[in-house]
Amino acid sequence: MSTDIYLNVAVSGVLTGLVYGLMALGLSVIFGVVRVVNFAHGEMTTVAMYFAVVLFATLGLDPLLMMVPIAGVLFVFGYAMQRWLINPFISRPEHSQFILLVAVAIILANGLLIVFGPDARSVQTSYAFDSFKIGPLIVDATKAFAGLAAIAVAAALFAFFRFTRLGTAIRACADNYTGAQVIGLNVPRLYALTFGLGAACVGAAGAMLALVTDVTPPLGPSFTLLAFVIVIVGGLGSMSGALAGGILIGVIAALAGLFYTPSAKGMFVFAILVLVLLFRPQGIFGRRA
Amino acid sequence: MIARLAENVSLRAAIALVLLLLALFVAPWFANDYLLTVLILIFYFAYTGQAWNIMMGFAGQLSLGHAIYIGLGAYTTAVLFSFFGVSPWVGSFAAILMAALWGAMIGFLAFRFRVGGVYFAILTIAFAEFARIGFDHLSYVGGSAGFFLPVANYTQSDLWTLRGKPIMFYYLSLGMTVAAVVLCHIMVRSRLGYFWKAIREDEEAARAVGINTFRYKLIAVVISAAMTSLAGVFFAFYYNNLFPEEVFSINRSIELILAPIFGGLGTLFGPILGAFMLTGLAETLTTTLAALGVDVPGAKQVFYGICLLLVITVLPEGVWPWLYRRLGLAGRSE
Repeated sequence: MSTDIYLNVAVSGVLTGLVYGLMALGLSVIFGVVRVVNFAHGEMTTVAMYFAVVLFATLGLDPLLMMVPIAGVLFVFGYAMQRWLINPFISRPEHSQFILLVAVAIILANGLLIVFGPDARSVQTSYAFDSFKIGPLIVDATKAFAGLAAIAVAAALFAFFRFTRLGTAIRACADNYTGAQVIGLNVPRLYALTFGLGAACVGAAGAMLALVTDVTPPLGPSFTLLAFVIVIVGGLGSMSGALAGGILIGVIAALAGLFYTPSAKGMFVFAILVLVLLFRPQGIFGRRA
Repeated sequence: MIARLAENVSLRAAIALVLLLLALFVAPWFANDYLLTVLILIFYFAYTGQAWNIMMGFAGQLSLGHAIYIGLGAYTTAVLFSFFGVSPWVGSFAAILMAALWGAMIGFLAFRFRVGGVYFAILTIAFAEFARIGFDHLSYVGGSAGFFLPVANYTQSDLWTLRGKPIMFYYLSLGMTVAAVVLCHIMVRSRLGYFWKAIREDEEAARAVGINTFRYKLIAVVISAAMTSLAGVFFAFYYNNLFPEEVFSINRSIELILAPIFGGLGTLFGPILGAFMLTGLAETLTTTLAALGVDVPGAKQVFYGICLLLVITVLPEGVWPWLYRRLGLAGRSE
């Protein structure tokens, strides 16, 4: 019986971890190519969550389906932001980029506060309390759908980067900035595209997160930090690492909540982050640069 | 000593500085309580900005987790005062020691294992967050329910225990800021300061000319941490309540780095100017919106964010270097 509990908690951690991993994947893609750390990542996630909440509350549209249009909206937002706001900052020092993105984060978080107020919102779907029984496992339906959708989105992104000409061009920019310019790639446009794709990941992940947790405007920084942790544990710039890191952090957080106390699980997460930064800065799953 | 301090300062700049100090010294006689609290807030940010600037502006190490030193300073002196009756002036030594030790540990680990750039910044966040959650579960200091300093209705200020009216905190924060500027001025023009600048500009080259970069980066972190812990002491005795969620919050770390970057990184006057401008901006927005009858939570911060965005886009080096040239304050060098 007791092992069943651990197994159930671990599976739940894997599924939530996949969704967080998808969010972190956006951060990783942006950093891996554009070399900008998106400190407004969590705020973009909360924006996507509010989209999902509003679409469900007003039109009754399921976030699992709305994840596609929401990702589209975030893509446009990310593209425009990189093109006109961040691009002049590409060659500026990190602290300058940091302030820029902190300013964006402040505007987004408080814009949400103005529009939606401070109350927590959530999505209550008809299948919110459904679950699947697989042997000794009881899997929450919402989390199962969200986890599978996260895998699907990530797979689509992998395929895009690996098999399309555009994806190859973006990887060329990431590998060799000068070389990419020399062979005539429109680097600013590809950067904007990459930022848009990263934002689209956030959009999809945000729509799914709306199913799993309540959303309030000041939730952003905690999501940003979580994305940092996942991405660094998995290897900054590594795509598969972000998903694997998401799963690992999801499981560790869930088990730490079970073994110790849920409010202290963040301590374990940050302890792991410190250890990884010190002993394996390329990430557990990353290759040495 | 005075002659050395005045080195590289043009006459115009010196006169402007003396006039500014005089104005700030007599300000409490003319300012009402509201203005006084705003000025206290400005000096709090000017002081912490100055302390942070040592690490980032001089030595080039981006810390995004300075809240840990604020929190350690605040909790150390608050506990010593409330449980053992130790004066904050004495307790400050313990606070400095505590923050310096943590700073040394973080710096040692980071520099020994060559954690640099963005990774270093995220490491500092990780330590601050770790401390935040740790203090949330430390029942000795009240955990997440918070820690409260004894407050009585004081009719006059007691400087020894730092219990009293805003005017005392005004002069305290002014004094701290002036002391920080003087200390930084001395350090920047010393051997230490030149080593830091060399490391900031090119660490490889600095090592090549024989600077022990590990040692001098560590010194920067320790001094910055020790100075920041005193801001924590101020925080604790000024606000009288401490919550880990607030004191160690990432927002604390971010707000204290805005002023120096906004004002001008690596300059002595940048953090002060930045603190005046940003705090002034925030307060102006509050009063303007209130006067216009706009009572929307978040509206002020949105404007604040937009202003921040505009200034960092237009003046990436910060306001002070630009103003400095404009006012013709430049002396022989600088």
